[in-house]
Amino acid sequence: MHIPDGYLSPSTCAALYASAAPFWYTALARVKRLLNARMAPLLSLSAAFSFVVMMFNIPLPGGTTGHALGIGLAAVVLGPWASMLAISMALLIQAVFFGDGGITTYGANCFNMAIVGSLVAYGVYRTLAGRAAILSSRRVLAASLAGYAAVNAAALCAAIEFGIQPLLFKDAGGAPLYAPYPLKITIAAMMIGHLTFAGLAELVVSGGVVAYLQRTDPSLLRLTAPRALVADGDAPPGNWRSARALWTAVALLMVLTPLGVLAAGTAWGEWSPRDFSDAHARQQIAAASGDVAPPAEAPKGLVRLASVWTSPFPRYAPRFTRHIAFGYLMSAMLGTGLIILAGSFVGSLTRRRQPAALCSPPSPLPGEESG
Amino acid sequence: MARASRQWRRGLIERTLRSLLDAMGQALEAEYLAQRPGLLQELDPRVKLIAALALILAALLARRVAAIVVILLSGVALAVLSHIPLRLLAKRVWLGALSFTGLLAVPALFFTPGSSVASLPVLGWPVTAQGVHSAALLIARVEAAATLSVLVILTTPWNHVLKALRVLKAPVVVVVLLGMTYRYILLLLETAHGMFEARQSRTVGRLDGRESRRLAAATAGVLMERTLELSGDVYMAMRSRGFAGEVYLLDDFEVRARDWIALTALLTLAAAVFWAGK
Repeated sequence: MHIPDGYLSPSTCAALYASAAPFWYTALARVKRLLNARMAPLLSLSAAFSFVVMMFNIPLPGGTTGHALGIGLAAVVLGPWASMLAISMALLIQAVFFGDGGITTYGANCFNMAIVGSLVAYGVYRTLAGRAAILSSRRVLAASLAGYAAVNAAALCAAIEFGIQPLLFKDAGGAPLYAPYPLKITIAAMMIGHLTFAGLAELVVSGGVVAYLQRTDPSLLRLTAPRALVADGDAPPGNWRSARALWTAVALLMVLTPLGVLAAGTAWGEWSPRDFSDAHARQQIAAASGDVAPPAEAPKGLVRLASVWTSPFPRYAPRFTRHIAFGYLMSAMLGTGLIILAGSFVGSLTRRRQPAALCSPPSPLPGEESG
Repeated sequence: MARASRQWRRGLIERTLRSLLDAMGQALEAEYLAQRPGLLQELDPRVKLIAALALILAALLARRVAAIVVILLSGVALAVLSHIPLRLLAKRVWLGALSFTGLLAVPALFFTPGSSVASLPVLGWPVTAQGVHSAALLIARVEAAATLSVLVILTTPWNHVLKALRVLKAPVVVVVLLGMTYRYILLLLETAHGMFEARQSRTVGRLDGRESRRLAAATAGVLMERTLELSGDVYMAMRSRGFAGEVYLLDDFEVRARDWIALTALLTLAAAVFWAGK
């Protein structure tokens, strides 16, 4: 994957440097704005991490081993722009100090791995992870496939760069001057190797590390999951669509409230002092109480407390309504609205007092709060 | 069979340990050689960088194998004059490049369309002149370019190489970031090595493939956590020493007469190869 000097023509190298330059510029500007002064150590350390993780031997099914590039992981944890810079710096150190990858092909390697790889990884991860909770296994799968897709996209770019060389650069005798194989061979050769082995190494590292971080430090996954659910099964605040079933049920109950009009008798215990002196009401109370006759007079405590609070809609039917069913409906709507308002108020108070934990908004990376 | 399998599985941790040690060893070796007296060690890093790039570019543009071989031989001569062991160059550069690129170039001998000059003894596949030329060009270019770039790093302290990047208009902030990256690569290599070594020392029996993958992922995860924690610590340390987001670079290189002579000679060689290689 690291293209050495000599495989690509100088003009191809120049074109790929030129293609990479705007991405580097934008990435530097975005990361600088986002992270301010703490960008320096964060990017340097992330690049160093990418470099070191490329040396890990990853055992693959079938008894082989491979090396990951860490593109998927960098994109998932740092986001696409910081990932671009970190991988680019790791590639430069590899090329200059360790001879892995060429100097003239540095732009091409960055374009393939750092730029295309980071963007593909981030795109795949965000698309597949959707709004899944941070601890969801869907995020592990998304990260795995993001790494796999990133490596294969980078390999495809490299294959195309190799494959166009013999088309464009031949000497007078027809001998290819740089990479000698045409597109159909380079694409087949590169993609078979990466779809089977190299991609799997990236898949293992991306998914494995995300699964590990879910267990140990999920806050590191927050940066690229701004819309993730706060926890498994919880509805995000303000999300009406996910609570559709609840709202449907509430609306149905509100519509059905006039059914109470059809109910015979009286609700046990919901008596007013006046009921005790009304003959018809006394019969209903006795019928609802197992034929036990109510006291002759209303209890003194009931009489005293009954006047403390007078409901605006006594018996659920405001006086200005002509039909009792309509009154029930209006009362239900008003009552439900008041309950929701009260619930929201209590909920907001509770959220404010909650300590910063899994339910907190995306937490900054280490040191960000100081910047 | 079981024994071979066990050896293979045990080798996974050991192979990673070997890779990490090799990287640390290469870095230390380069630092050691860069401090020794020699022709290239005495030159201004900017001169070496510009000359190496010019020669690599000449090798890329040349269409004759002989012209590229001249650059390769010049690199060998410079290595000898700079007391760089040729065995080291052969091990680190020539054999690696030859095995990888050579293997990749072999099919080009047969599959490149052109006039047949020979044929494979048993299979009878024709070897074309264009195929031979193309494969030779590729191998010579890769060897020449790799030799020159490794020579620069083996004869120049890494912080000087980074500072010399300024001559290529690399932004100061990038140079500083690369310097920090290099420094922390060595630290993280050591950290990762320690983690694998600790795991190796308490591993009894064999790890199956699934367990080995979990081990690699968990180690990478721990390393990432430590990296980000370290990043916060380093930032706080930088802030406490007065860092406010601006970076400065001390530019203390001085071009002397021998640097000008060397630069002129090497650029002339690059121009000559370019002209002769057309």
